[in-house]
Amino acid sequence: MTARTIKVETLARVEGEGSLYIKMAGDRVADVKLKIYEPPRMFEAFLRGRHYSEAPDITARICGICPIAYQMSAVHAIERALGVRIDPAVRLLRRLFYCGEWIESHTLHVYMLHTPDFLGYEDVIAMAGAHRQVVETALRLKKIGNRIVSLLGGREIHPISTAVGGFYKTPTKAQLLELLPDLEWAVQASLDAVQWTAGLDFPNFEQDYEFVALRHPDEYPLNEGRLVSNRGLDIDAAEYEDHFTEYHVKHSNALQSVVRGRGSYLVGPLARFNLNFDKLPAVAQEAATRARLQPPVKNPFRSIIVRAVELVFACAEACRIAREYEPPVAPRCETPDRAGMGQAITEAPRGILYHRYAFDDKGLILTAKIVPPTSQNLRRIEDDLREYAAQLVAWPQKEATWKCEQAIRNYDPCISCATHFLNLVVDRTEDSILP
Amino acid sequence: MSSRTKSSKSKPRVAVFKFASCDGCQLSLLDAEDELLAVVGAIDIAYFPEASRAMRKGPYDIGLVEGSITTHADAQRIQEVRRQCKTLITIGACATAGGIQALRNWKDVDEFIRVVYASPQFISTLKLSTPIAEHVPIDFELRGCPINKLQLIELITATLAGRKPNIPTYSVCIECKRKGNVCIAVTRDSTCLGPVTQAGCGALCPSYDRGCYGCFGPMESANTASMANHLQYLGRPPAEAVRAFRSFNAWAWQFRKASEECEHK
Repeated sequence: MTARTIKVETLARVEGEGSLYIKMAGDRVADVKLKIYEPPRMFEAFLRGRHYSEAPDITARICGICPIAYQMSAVHAIERALGVRIDPAVRLLRRLFYCGEWIESHTLHVYMLHTPDFLGYEDVIAMAGAHRQVVETALRLKKIGNRIVSLLGGREIHPISTAVGGFYKTPTKAQLLELLPDLEWAVQASLDAVQWTAGLDFPNFEQDYEFVALRHPDEYPLNEGRLVSNRGLDIDAAEYEDHFTEYHVKHSNALQSVVRGRGSYLVGPLARFNLNFDKLPAVAQEAATRARLQPPVKNPFRSIIVRAVELVFACAEACRIAREYEPPVAPRCETPDRAGMGQAITEAPRGILYHRYAFDDKGLILTAKIVPPTSQNLRRIEDDLREYAAQLVAWPQKEATWKCEQAIRNYDPCISCATHFLNLVVDRTEDSILP
Repeated sequence: MSSRTKSSKSKPRVAVFKFASCDGCQLSLLDAEDELLAVVGAIDIAYFPEASRAMRKGPYDIGLVEGSITTHADAQRIQEVRRQCKTLITIGACATAGGIQALRNWKDVDEFIRVVYASPQFISTLKLSTPIAEHVPIDFELRGCPINKLQLIELITATLAGRKPNIPTYSVCIECKRKGNVCIAVTRDSTCLGPVTQAGCGALCPSYDRGCYGCFGPMESANTASMANHLQYLGRPPAEAVRAFRSFNAWAWQFRKASEECEHK
């Protein structure tokens, strides 16, 4: 029986720093470690003592890829604690804001981080040689996502306009209507993206996942809804910590999250699509059907097509909002300084993002808890690798390693997010694990 | 045009390194959608793990460094990065000022760790989050949380051309006046750090009806004492002034000094 080790010391095309270690004994996978060495930044610690109004600006800095997700979970949790009701126009604008981030983030991942794996390129720059048109389309699509974010938030990364109770400033109706030609082009470009990604080659690999996502009675989920799964979970955000628990594994600077009593679970595009297919707009449903994508999709490599379908949704939803929008009476409502505690879950591009805040009667934060999507997927990524590596026994080392990297990138992992925690450990005794 | 048609062997080699950060500043390079293909035509991106699995060894002509130093391992790694790079440029508030994670610098990290961790001996994090310049000499600092992508393109272009980059060091107020904004610091009862903050964002916050929160860090000759007096005049409690100076550039010496003076008022 031969033993073999697959290791990748610096995972590329992921946000943040991690490495991979797989130990094979014959056709059996003896060990899988997704080692996260990104340094801890301790956000939950220094949120203590800050005013709740600062939380959207501070938590945005957890992740430069999905700052809006952090701002959205923060404001919804805090508004819930304060018992504030927001203007329906603000609610609509927040959906549009999130669509902008989804378009930017999904385009980045689909074309620039994930597609190069399917086509055998080291990166999108090398891919641009033979696929210049595709890359130029991707850049234009990404720019449109960023244009929405910049208009509503001031800039693409760490927008400055999000406030508890609404926005510091809201756009005019004319400003949103100006987006329409770009957005209409974007719907078409993302329909092409579905078709294009559906034509890629996919390994034959399916898993029996517990999918976890928000579900809203009327719409594809972004900021609101109950948390549901295909194994009977159906809870409010306030019950999240009763059903999910995080624990620390020695080899990782990020905590791993499990469903109590069951184990690993999957969040993100696959989970949202499988649990909310009926809430997608017709244009996105039809695109999925043409791509022969029917829920439940259980092959994680096909998540790239699902991301493209979600691009269709985000572009179509942005069009709808740009057409329907009427400015709110005031950009934001007044928020009182009073003691409270509140939780919220929103759908970041990579999956559900949980925030909980408690503050005192001056509005100063006493405790904060944040569970990002990637730490919820980490355990599941390791489970996938354990199964998938067993299929690669006969493969040459170099190709097998690349395939394992691709399997990790199925999840679009954001390691910067996953290691923001207060209680992170760098286990120096584990350094010797990489031979 | 000649630089775009050069083979990758003769193109300047550029590397992007990450330390403790949110990845946002290096993402700015990929966010420069209009310029990206031209930029990668003019340079050879030799090391940029966020974008490519091809990671080629140094030495490099230009190194872009994102993030602050927070661990023993990173304190050693930055020394090696400096050795490998002819020109070393720090990008963003983490690299230039220690970032938001420098808020730990005012806490007793050891006590903190003992309370939280079951096995404190495993913790390998430094007491302080520090900017790159506290560890190695650097050639240019690009401010911002996040940086302005157009300033990044200007900086790369200037470095390749061997000229001084056109990056102003005056305050946000200059940008704000040019935009014709009504002054928030004077006319509103809200905290605006514009007068002591370096320009570069385009006076974003005042243009969106809120005070500047200082994400580009202190301007060259920031009069933070006067700023603190103004906040007192507005009736802000000292604790609020401390928080205003202590955000994304808290460890930049001018803001650090100002926050500590407010703390002892």
